[in-house]
Order: sequence, then structure tokens, then C-alpha cells
Amino acid sequence: MKALVSVKRVVDYNVRVQVKSDGSGVITEGVKHSMNPFDEIAMEEAVRLKEKGKLTEIVAITIGGAKNEETLRSALAFGADRAIHIKEEGDVQPLTAARAFAAALKKEGAQVFFAGKQAIDDDANQTGQMVAALLDIAQATFASKVELDGGKAVVTREVDAGLETLEVDLPAVITTDLRLNEPRYLKLPDIMKAKKKPIETVTFADLGVEKGAALTISKTSAPPKRSKGIMVKTVDELVSALKSKGLV
Amino acid sequence: MAGAKPALSPYLNEDHDAFRVQVRRFVERECTPHIDAWEAAGELPRELHRKAADAGLLGIGFPEKLGGVDVPDRFYQQIVVEELARTSAGGLIASLLSHGIASPPLMYAGTPEQQQRFLRPVLAGERIAALAVTEPGGGSDVANLRTRARRDGDHYVVDGQKTFITSGMRADYITLAVRTGEPGLGGVSLLVVEAGTPGFTRSPLQKMGWHCSDTATLYFDGCRVPVSHRIGAENAGFMAIMMNFNNERLMLAAQAWASAQLCYEESLAYARERQTFGKPLLSRQAIRHKLVDMKSRIDAVKAQLDLLTWRVSRGQTPIADLCLLKNLATSTLESVAGEAVQIFGGAGYLRGAKVERVFRETKVLSIGGGASEVMKDLAAKQLGY
Ligand SMILES: Cc1cc2nc3c(=O)[nH]c(=O)nc-3n(C[C@H](O)[C@H](O)[C@H](O)COP(=O)(O)OP(=O)(O)OC[C@H]3O[C@@H](n4cnc5c(N)ncnc54)[C@H](O)[C@@H]3O)c2cc1C
Repeated sequence: MKALVSVKRVVDYNVRVQVKSDGSGVITEGVKHSMNPFDEIAMEEAVRLKEKGKLTEIVAITIGGAKNEETLRSALAFGADRAIHIKEEGDVQPLTAARAFAAALKKEGAQVFFAGKQAIDDDANQTGQMVAALLDIAQATFASKVELDGGKAVVTREVDAGLETLEVDLPAVITTDLRLNEPRYLKLPDIMKAKKKPIETVTFADLGVEKGAALTISKTSAPPKRSKGIMVKTVDELVSALKSKGLV
Repeated sequence: MAGAKPALSPYLNEDHDAFRVQVRRFVERECTPHIDAWEAAGELPRELHRKAADAGLLGIGFPEKLGGVDVPDRFYQQIVVEELARTSAGGLIASLLSHGIASPPLMYAGTPEQQQRFLRPVLAGERIAALAVTEPGGGSDVANLRTRARRDGDHYVVDGQKTFITSGMRADYITLAVRTGEPGLGGVSLLVVEAGTPGFTRSPLQKMGWHCSDTATLYFDGCRVPVSHRIGAENAGFMAIMMNFNNERLMLAAQAWASAQLCYEESLAYARERQTFGKPLLSRQAIRHKLVDMKSRIDAVKAQLDLLTWRVSRGQTPIADLCLLKNLATSTLESVAGEAVQIFGGAGYLRGAKVERVFRETKVLSIGGGASEVMKDLAAKQLGY
């Protein structure tokens, strides 16, 4: 059974993101990038399932410019067998990405599409769901546990009320949540071997996908600065301060 | 080339970068949150060795057939040291990587059986190895070490003491330098002594720094060690020890550089934030000049460190240059750490500041692995003066 895993190149989670002075977005030039942490979890899960014999092939897929090759090499070091690079520069919105992934999923005949539940750059949390809708297949989002058996996946989801377990028919989309696993450290021999694994380059046109903007970003601004705190000397002082602000 | 990442070093490629990212991740997740607890405990947990081995860090530079990771150059070891140094705890490097000085003799001169028994479990993080050369009677004068190993049938009977031994309390295998022959460098051999061997006891030592590294005095009292535990030929141990020192000095220089770089970054960040007399500290010429002086010295060390790492990677053994590099790096660290504490003011004297810890740990790098004075003597001799 084959799995397709999407991996996005995002500004590294350690970077203190800065808004461009014209408010058109955040500064990405010269800033450290890495694989979206939720996608690392998706990769890790796919690799574990392959190690357990539940998957036979893992194909990593990304959309972006030349630098995305680095992200694919990480995915290959994780244990993907090969990779697909949809080479497109510029901003890609969730619906466009979903169309491309849906086309690739169909073309590959993969049974599972793994994706992070969201990417930490725009936090859209839409792509996986849209892939499922476009192909009219099952979806199990926010996975905290995944089991594959026969033609089915049993997925435990983290929902507001607690844990929900779904059984879905394959092919299906599974998006991964934070507590699903802890991604491994990539070892040097795997990093080196990854360079020899194949990466196929395609474009939206090859996949029959039209790049369209369904959304426009009107403004990006920094969160308001936190104002200075005050020191209180006693619990009474604290309580009255909270009361005066109407917080208790 | 708009947007392209400029190459910062002629020696490093994308494999080094990718490896560094993983080591950094390991250090941030598995080490940094626990350093203070380990420093208080006076030792590292054994579990850390297993985790580091699982992450592929302990075996770097050791042969794959023993569970190691073959590497094309020495920059990979340097990256491990540099990233561990980001924690500010030098003892973490010394103790987690004590096999880096204890195990190379086994790699170069051990029999396949010895390698399977004493090296493989160490690279897997299941056992801990220490190197014991220094004695209470003297550390610099290695050729005159006095711990005696007398042959008795198929055993050696070992009598003597070793001191200042890193990982000495926890070590399962001690790579022990002993006198098996005549006085001087031609009578030294290396034995592997296992923990629990009758006649081998140890006691812990308290130190100025490197608190998370257990350091011990080892006592050998009629300790019987099988002859099959000898590494290499009898009386041929001195060369192995010297080869080991060259390697250790390169690593100590890398550690000193990385610690100095950390001090620089910490004090620069502090000077930016700290206000004195209504202005940021960084706006003061006295402080700006301190910082650029720190940087220029640190960068010079790095240039020489990388050049020698490259030369050693190509199989060269520039003994004098390695001695002088060690001195350059450690004296730079002494000065940079001192200035960093100065920039921090009182905050730099208090526990909790990284620069405080580094400052306490400068001296050990100028003494251990060959003290500065001894390094100068050796370099002068090697240069034919
Ligand atoms: C924390 C720590 C960890 C250590 N870990 C280990 C370990 O794991 N294994 C191990 O074997 N050793 C270890 N050592 C020992 C270390 O290698 C020695 O301390 C070092 O080699 C110096 O030896 P010494 O302390 O006996 O000093 P000495 O040899 O007594 O020297 C004292 C001083 O005199 C100077 N000096 C010596 N001879 C001369 C001379 N001819 N001319 C001018 N000056 C001279 C030295 O440079 C030094 O400044 C460790 C030391 C420390 C502090």
C-alpha cells in the first residue's frame, strides 16, 4: 500500500517572525526555513507504518520553488522512498495546493494521503480537508493515533470533547496532530542516502491544475505589544487589582 | 544572486548543515531542559548515552561495522561538539563524549574481539568508557607514569592510582595507561579494565566547573586484568596515547571556540537589552569595542580550527599546529569569557547566566589534554627549536 505525504517548507518555528513594513506579509528572505512540524509528524507516522509492514511505499510531495528540494531531502532522510516536487514559485493557497495534491494522489494511486493538520506559517488548516472533498474520499483529521488494516484506517482524533475514533475506508486523507508521535532524529547515513533517492519534478500544468487565488490578503500586522506588568506586594493587592479591572 | 544563501565556509556542504540541524534539535530537546538538574546531580544519566546513540551521535567517526557512522571528514565531530557547547555546560561534552578519548585506541589497535566487547556497547550507549592516563604524581609527564602492571601468567597485576578521570565514577570500561616495561615512553601499555574487577575502586572529586561530568580518582590494588585486555603490543602504548592527544586537542579547541562564540552571542544580546544611564549598553563605545575585539579573536580561532580540522581530515598530523591551536583557542576563551562576565555585570557573576558557567569552565580547557605550558614546549620541540 502506497502513501503520499505532503511536506511544506515554512519559516522555522524558532524564528521570531517579522512583518514587512508595507504590511503585505512577513519577511521570509534570509530567514531560516524548515519542514512544517506537523508534516514531520505525518512523515514519522508514515515511516512507522512502513516499518510495521502496513505500507510498502512512501512518496513525499511538496509545492514550491527550488529551495523546497531541501524539504524533500529531509523527507527522504526520514524514510520516504521517492519524492515529487511540484515546482511553482510564489504564494500557493490551500485550494490550489489541494487540487495539485488530489491530482497527484490519483495519478499515484496512493491509498493514504498524510498531511499535517495545518502549516505553522498561515495556520489555514484546510488543505487536507479540501483534498478529501475534491476526490470525494474519507477524511480523518487531527489524528492522535493511526492504524491501517486491510482496506480501512482506524484513526483516533483529538476533538474538543475528548477523543473520537473513526473507522474510514481507504483511500482516505489523514491529517496529523501534535501528539501522534515524536519525530525521530535524522541520522547522518540517512541524510546522505537521501541524496541518492529520486525526485520527480512536475508543474501545476502537468497535473492539470489551474493556479487561482480564492483569497486575498488585505493586511498583515504584528500582534499588539504586551504592556509592562506591575508588581504587587500582597495577595489582597492582587485581588483588588484584578477586581478593579473587572477580571474576577 | 538574490535570495541565494551565501556559502559561509569552504569546508561545509548541505550534509553538514542537515546534520547540524538534527544535533541542535537533539540538544534542545534532550539536553538543555535538564542541564541544571544534571549539574546538581554531579553526573549525566545513563539514559542520555542511549538517547544520543539512538540519535546517531555517539558513533560519529567510528566504523560502521561496530555500530558507528563513517564520516568523510572531521567536521561532523566538530559539529557535535559545537552544538553540545550551546548548552554552556562543558561537562556535558566531556562526559557524554568521554569515549571520544577512551575508545580510539580500541578502534585503531584493538582486536576484533576487543572491539565487539568493549567498543560496540559503548557506541550503542549501553556502556560508558573513560581514559585514565593522569596520575596523582603528574599528568603532563606521561612518559613517566607509574601505575605498574606486572605480568603473572595470563594476567597483569595492576597497582597504582589515576586521578582527574572524566566519567571515572560511571565508566564500565577504563582504557588504562600502565607501565609494563622499562622507565620512559618505551615501557607504557594500554589495558581495558572492567568495572567490578576485584582490586579496582574509585572515589569522586569535586570541581570548579564541569559539574555534570563525574570525575574520579581510580585505585588499583593488586587488580588482575587478563592479558587479552591489552590494546596493541606490549610497551607500544605511548604512541597510541600521543595519537589520542592530537585528536583530543582538536576537539578541545572546538569546544573552546564554541564556548567563546556562545559568550559573545550572549553578551551581545545582553548589551542590546540592558539600559544603563538611560541608554542601551550597546551604544557605549567601551562595550562596542569589547564586543568587536571578542569577535575578531573568536573568528581568528575559527579560521585556524577549520583549517586544521580540514588537514586532519586529510590524514595529516600537524602536532605543533594542534598544540598552538589549543592554546590559541583556550586563551581566547579565557579572555572572551572574562569580558562576557564583565559586560553582564553582577548578573554575570550569578548562577543562571550561561557566561557564568562558561567562565568557571575556562581553566579546565587550558589545563586538560595538555596544559598550555606543556603545549608550548611540545610545539617548540616539534618545530625543531
Ligand atoms: C576536569 C578534568 C578532567 C580531566 N579528565 C582526564 C581524563 O579523563 N583522563 C586523564 O588521563 N586525565 C584527565 N585530566 C587530567 C589532565 O589531562 C591533567 O590535569 C593535565 O594533563 C595536567 O597534568 P597535571 O594536572 O598533573 O599538572 P602538572 O603536570 O603537575 O602541571 C602543573 C602545571 O605546571 C606546568 N608544567 C608542567 N611541566 C612543566 C614544564 N616542564 N615546564 C613548565 N611548566 C610545566 C603545567 O603546564 C601546569 O600548568 C583531567 C583534568 C581535569 C582538570
